[in-house]
Amino acid sequence: MALTMNTETLSTARDRRARLTRDAVGVLVILAVAVLGYLLFPNNLALLTRITAIALLVLSLDLVTGYCGVATLGHAALFGAGAYGAGIAAAHFGITDPIAMLAVGVVAGALAGLVSGAVVLRAHGLPQLVLSIAIIHLAHEAANKASGWTGGSDGLAGIMPDAVFGLYPFDLWGRTAYVFGIVLLIAAFVILRQIVRSPFGMLCRGIKQDPLRVRAMGASVHGTLIRMYAISGAVAGAGGALNALSTQVVGLDSLSFTLSAEALVMLVLGGTGSLYGALIGTLSFLWFEDVVSAANPFHWLTIVGALLIAVVLFAPKGLYGSLAALLERRGRTDR
Amino acid sequence: MQTVFSIGVDALAYGMVLFVISIGLSVTMGLMRVVNLAHGAFAMIGGYIASYAARDLGLAYAFAVLLAVFGTILIAIPVERLLYRRIYGQPELTQVLMTIGITFCVIGIANYVFGPTLKTIPTPESLRAPVSLGFRTVSAHRLFVIACGAAVALGLWYFIERTAFGVKLRASVDNAAMAAALGVKTEVVYAVSFAVAVGLAAFGGVVGAELLPIEPYYALRYMVTFLVVVSVGGAGSIPGALAACLLLGAIDTTGRYLMPEFGEFFFYLAVIAIVWIFPRGLAGRAK
Repeated sequence: MALTMNTETLSTARDRRARLTRDAVGVLVILAVAVLGYLLFPNNLALLTRITAIALLVLSLDLVTGYCGVATLGHAALFGAGAYGAGIAAAHFGITDPIAMLAVGVVAGALAGLVSGAVVLRAHGLPQLVLSIAIIHLAHEAANKASGWTGGSDGLAGIMPDAVFGLYPFDLWGRTAYVFGIVLLIAAFVILRQIVRSPFGMLCRGIKQDPLRVRAMGASVHGTLIRMYAISGAVAGAGGALNALSTQVVGLDSLSFTLSAEALVMLVLGGTGSLYGALIGTLSFLWFEDVVSAANPFHWLTIVGALLIAVVLFAPKGLYGSLAALLERRGRTDR
Repeated sequence: MQTVFSIGVDALAYGMVLFVISIGLSVTMGLMRVVNLAHGAFAMIGGYIASYAARDLGLAYAFAVLLAVFGTILIAIPVERLLYRRIYGQPELTQVLMTIGITFCVIGIANYVFGPTLKTIPTPESLRAPVSLGFRTVSAHRLFVIACGAAVALGLWYFIERTAFGVKLRASVDNAAMAAALGVKTEVVYAVSFAVAVGLAAFGGVVGAELLPIEPYYALRYMVTFLVVVSVGGAGSIPGALAACLLLGAIDTTGRYLMPEFGEFFFYLAVIAIVWIFPRGLAGRAK
């Protein structure tokens, strides 16, 4: 902690430029993967858009779990809030401009983040996990019950988004939705890189390592975490809104425990505490799911389970974390 | 009145099933500090073994129950040796992932071997007949379940409070390092309590099969309920777990009877309220 603070205060202009270059490389890599996906699977853009939306959810989970150390199995509540927010705005209030729907989703997600943050942060350890599970089930039941607004178990249909900027209508092939999603993901990535590196982001990491010491330093642990939860909710809400825009249906599955658990699995598979880890985890998990469940739907769950056990045993830092550690070790021996 | 009475009996039976299954989870969680999401999977394995023994092999119910308990323990021992040993003392997130992984594997294998249908465990004639209590008749099975729960609670209480092993167990729960320094073989304590916990889970899974039907997604569907009970009761406390099971069983059953369209809404609302007020559980102690 002290070390990172020192390097932070001593950071020179060259450091900053190096970091900006690294961010630019990150953006370019995302773009390259996106273009590659577009060229390789032109008939499967719906899947790619879903991966993008889930990637936003996993990024947002990384903010609270990876950076703040809050274990939660109820993060889909924020995603679902964004999806239902955008969907209800379109279906009941006639707000069909995609950007406006996105904004509604972001705000709804941030509000859901505030509420669930206030509840989840009440406890620690196992009770915290249980609170988060209770939240997602409560949200699921509430959405199921309020079928006048949400369509209940039939799902919320009748979402007809306008063309983006009045120029690019959402086509049958999902090209517009895909490009929209990738632009959204890159924007979120760039913003989040700035946030996690800011003094605020550093404070969050400090809380993860030692909340007592942070409190002794005079910072508010609870307030900081709640703020991070709201930011995380905004990102997850954006993902939910993207999902609503691209599929034009919002189902109860966007508020499910399964989605929450899968998001956590993806995050840990990729590696917590790193935005790249979240992206890599989402991409590899969903791609793997698509391949395996198409090949043999019956063994899908067994294989995911075995994969999880293997990750815990052999790559406890996740794919990205283990790779980074390996490269670092190699770099050190070379020197 | 009739409704109140039948809600009461069902709530008590449901609470007792929850108690039998989750008390083992509570003890191991208090002892080994492992967030074990795979506990429901062991209850499910017990249910499957009993169903196979009683229905397909035609064995007697009591024998099927015994077979389920010991069969599940036999299956659990290598799992504990190979997988759980690695996650003792690890961060919670790691434990959650490992045990979710085990749960997924068990579900997938159960789905493959036994198929996705519900499995029934045929009960003997004497448990199927209604029993007259003088002023009401009650299903004998419900009474049997309640009696099992009470027996388990009493037996565990005796085991933990009155035997030498119970002393070692409580010492290890309070401070494992100090207990080990005083000559308690904590490894043995861990292994025995894990086996007992798994055996109880299997027992509860078999006995409660009429209330929590055995199917491949059993492990995932009720996993949350068991975790909730343990955390509401406070990990490692038998009275706490009993109180939590009876309370939550009552809330859930009443909600289902009176407002079935709300599903588990009230159950989870109560959970949030209780954990909000008692962040360490009903009988939780400060760290």
